[in-house]
Amino acid sequence: MDAGKKPNPTTVERTSDLELTVTRTFNGPVRLVYRAWTDPELFRKWWTPKSFSLTIVSREMDIRTGGSYRLLIKHPSMPEPMTFYGRYLEVIPNARIVWTNEENGESGAVTTVTFEDKGDETLVVMRDLFPSKAALDEAIASGSTAGKDEQFAQLDDLLAALA
Amino acid sequence: MVQYSQSRDVAFAALSDATRRGVLEQLGHADASITQLAAKFHMTLTGMKKHVGVLEQAGLITTQKAGRVRICKLGQRRLEEEAAWIGQYQQLWAARFDALDTVIEDLK
Repeated sequence: MDAGKKPNPTTVERTSDLELTVTRTFNGPVRLVYRAWTDPELFRKWWTPKSFSLTIVSREMDIRTGGSYRLLIKHPSMPEPMTFYGRYLEVIPNARIVWTNEENGESGAVTTVTFEDKGDETLVVMRDLFPSKAALDEAIASGSTAGKDEQFAQLDDLLAALA
Repeated sequence: MVQYSQSRDVAFAALSDATRRGVLEQLGHADASITQLAAKFHMTLTGMKKHVGVLEQAGLITTQKAGRVRICKLGQRRLEEEAAWIGQYQQLWAARFDALDTVIEDLK
């Protein structure tokens, strides 16, 4: 990247009760963006950004329709690595990849990423479609309020002791 | 800051009750009238009105009169939590995609 050049903006929107959409334009042709996304060695270089202290422990990616993937990712705060796994429902080279997120069981989202050819640029749109509004609400709640149940339990105990 | 911590205390007090937490969870699925909530939690209308009043004061829900019924929905504070989560998710993806820029540049 040119020195001092600002990266393109990444937008995230809850586009419906069931769906989150991430949008980003890349300064490169679609074949390069697709390659960086699907080549496991290249994928490793960007999927776990250093600023998030994430590291890929292992990865299996059989990127073809009907293929499966399994990623083990570790974070210093967790004793065990997190496992992400699922199947590729549809793979159209240089155009579209659809995969399931089965680590979350039946409430897992189906992710669709599309690569749109804009000449020297590529528009990437990634949509997470959840099976229900409750599943997306839950994903949001578990992320933003992690630890709150514990706080509430402590508060309950405290109030009971005071009563 | 003082104002903020006072409002947080009010929210914690509001959330210290199991019924009120249940009401929030319920409203997370769909808006509901006080009558519907009272039926759902096997309470009198008056009892539910009190709970709703506490939640409303804490900014956890808002209510709106529609004809003869009062409809309850999740309030601003809850929406702020959602916005905060989306902000974190946005940061993760922005960091990933900024790193992907570098990979693409190297491929050129």
